[in-house]
Amino acid sequence: MSTTNPETTGLTEQTRAEMREIIARYPKPRSALLPMLHLAQSVEGYVSPAGIAMCAEELGLTKAEVGAVATFYTMYRRKPAGEYHVGVCTNTLCAVLGGDAILDGLKEHLGIGHNETTDDGRISLEHIECNAACDYAPVMMVNWEFYDNQTPSSARDLVDACRAGTPPAPTRGPSSLCTFKQASRVLAGFADGRANEGVQAGPATLVGLELAKARGDEAPAMPNQSKDA
Amino acid sequence: MVFTPVLSRHWDDADSFTIDGYTRRGGYTALPKALAMEPDAIIQLVKDSGLRGRGGAGFPTGMKWGFIPQGPEGQGAKPHYLVVNADESEPGTCKDTPFMLANPHALLEGVIISSYAIRAGFAVIYVRGEIVHVIRRLQQAVIDAYAAGHLGKDIGGSGYSLDVVVHAGSGAYICGEETALLDSLEGYRGQPRLRPPFPATHGLYASPTVVNNVESIASVPSIVLGGAEWFSSMGTEKSKGYTLYSLSGHVKNPGQFEAPLGITLRQLLDLSGGMREGHTLKFWTPGGSSTPLLTEEHLDVPLDYEGVAAAGSMLGTKALQCFDETTCAVRAILRWTEFYAHESCGKCTPCREGTYWMVQILQRLEAGTGTEEDIATLLDTCDNIFGRSFCALGDGATSPIVSGVQYFRDEFIAHITQKGCPLDPVASTVFSASTAGASA
Ligand SMILES: Cc1cc2nc3c(=O)[nH]c(=O)nc-3n(C[C@H](O)[C@H](O)[C@H](O)COP(=O)(O)O)c2cc1C
Ligand code: SF4
Ligand code: FES
Repeated sequence: MSTTNPETTGLTEQTRAEMREIIARYPKPRSALLPMLHLAQSVEGYVSPAGIAMCAEELGLTKAEVGAVATFYTMYRRKPAGEYHVGVCTNTLCAVLGGDAILDGLKEHLGIGHNETTDDGRISLEHIECNAACDYAPVMMVNWEFYDNQTPSSARDLVDACRAGTPPAPTRGPSSLCTFKQASRVLAGFADGRANEGVQAGPATLVGLELAKARGDEAPAMPNQSKDA
Repeated sequence: MVFTPVLSRHWDDADSFTIDGYTRRGGYTALPKALAMEPDAIIQLVKDSGLRGRGGAGFPTGMKWGFIPQGPEGQGAKPHYLVVNADESEPGTCKDTPFMLANPHALLEGVIISSYAIRAGFAVIYVRGEIVHVIRRLQQAVIDAYAAGHLGKDIGGSGYSLDVVVHAGSGAYICGEETALLDSLEGYRGQPRLRPPFPATHGLYASPTVVNNVESIASVPSIVLGGAEWFSSMGTEKSKGYTLYSLSGHVKNPGQFEAPLGITLRQLLDLSGGMREGHTLKFWTPGGSSTPLLTEEHLDVPLDYEGVAAAGSMLGTKALQCFDETTCAVRAILRWTEFYAHESCGKCTPCREGTYWMVQILQRLEAGTGTEEDIATLLDTCDNIFGRSFCALGDGATSPIVSGVQYFRDEFIAHITQKGCPLDPVASTVFSASTAGASA
């Protein structure tokens, strides 16, 4: 298990300033806590005691109060993790369609188990719950980007590419994969300007619309409204 | 007309998610129309349309909005809030996520109109955190809507002002439950609140709050444009309008299908290509794993609130997860139960302890070391959870088990008598035929 992470910088005064920016978005300061924890995680790769302390200071809470919140939510990591956080959906539908086999294959291939990180600090592995992509099962997420319709061999190729530092683009996501820290910053509410990258929809999303078009099916016309607005 | 694409109508345009693309195709035309109406008239319009919440329970949306206290006295005098529930985590549910990816502005236009109707000056879209690209799209949509003058101060010269924040959750299914969501949004552990008081009077910051699902809110602009009669011309007597059905599992063509409420699974399967080649439907969920399983004999059940209830289940989120005859029902039920045990927030005993014990028993049964008595204990435990839990997660946890034992008791018994699973898990994978053994 490695604790080295080349990107770790530690929290700075800029982090603190950004926490205040988050607080300013909400009618009440404490609503900022979850995004603030995402921000702390974006700097350190996990929610460290220092991250908890900074959130507590800014919100006038005790560290125990912040810690109690942080530990409730599964997305906050309590120790440094891989640059590529790999999640395999093993909720029932994905599991049955192949998620279990994919996870078993990756455990063997990487030599790590659930919630562990490879020695080179590149990959951490986790089995995840339904990620709202069941029409693309079996589904994997890397740094919370979609990698749809996986097989055991495509999953192996994917983590190998991540280890080599050349991950392919997500199936429905930006044109290149962000690091875990970069993704956490988006979750903290700091847009990274990449929203316009990637497809608007994957193939499964469009199956029904295409079928409707092929059949000539449309919703009834709205009154006083030309059909093609 | 079997299919009625309204929400999904422009998803096949490459720029469907941009403000330019949305505006060019008629987006943001419901907004000025709505802002020229009295807020109460919009609430009445939504009531008349018959729109029911698409987040699972099917509560009438206009009625919910009508519960919000207005006026200068008491709770009415407090700030009002709109919270969009974009937590989408019910197993099988996968409609709001592709929707927000493809057309975040339709949701945003709905947010502005709905906030105006309930007289909210601040709205939050609470999105599950595990879908980063969807969050990017929502963030950008908000930035662009401000720049276009659709958000912020004095929208379109109407005198109405609104701020919107996209708020990322952090991985907890229970935060989809609306009162847990509110606690989470206030910066606490996401645990359900005692009701009453209801969010309509004491929601976010103990102020009047509407919590609605993404699809419910996104349907509002079309109701403003098309009118209540247009909307209610689709659907069935008590379940009005169009909706998104999500087909997944052992089907030839999984995906999103937009149709009036009341379509049947048989129709959807017949038109979309059916089950995968050479296989037959064994069981399915009408609306996620919290809705009791149905089987082949329910193929003609109208998929509206009343039809599915009459068949002993619930329409839920219209997440049609279809499993074929290669699937072990015991394994499927065990996995869902593990999910509920993991996601139980721990606040009440029946759910916290009950789900834990049900996992233990189901593990035995699946491994072939269980007994018939275990099945009885399982049902007994469900009895003690259902209706006795603090929130609907506990009730939901019993759904797959009670319905599963009802339809597949023989299969539970087979695990006991054969001391293991009679089915081959490899046969139910999507790569079983083409790349058998690829996992080696
Ligand atoms: C455990 C649990 C999870 C839920 N998850 C969601 C969810 O992810 N999205 C959602 O819209 N509603 C969810 N609900 C339902 C909400 O509590 C609430 O009824 C809904 O957001 C209301 O919106 P609607 O009236 O527009 O349907 C969940 C309920 C429970 C009990
Ligand atoms: S039913 Fe389960 S999830 Fe709901 S309050 Fe009780 S322990 Fe928490
Ligand atoms: S079950 Fe895997 S994404 Fe839904």
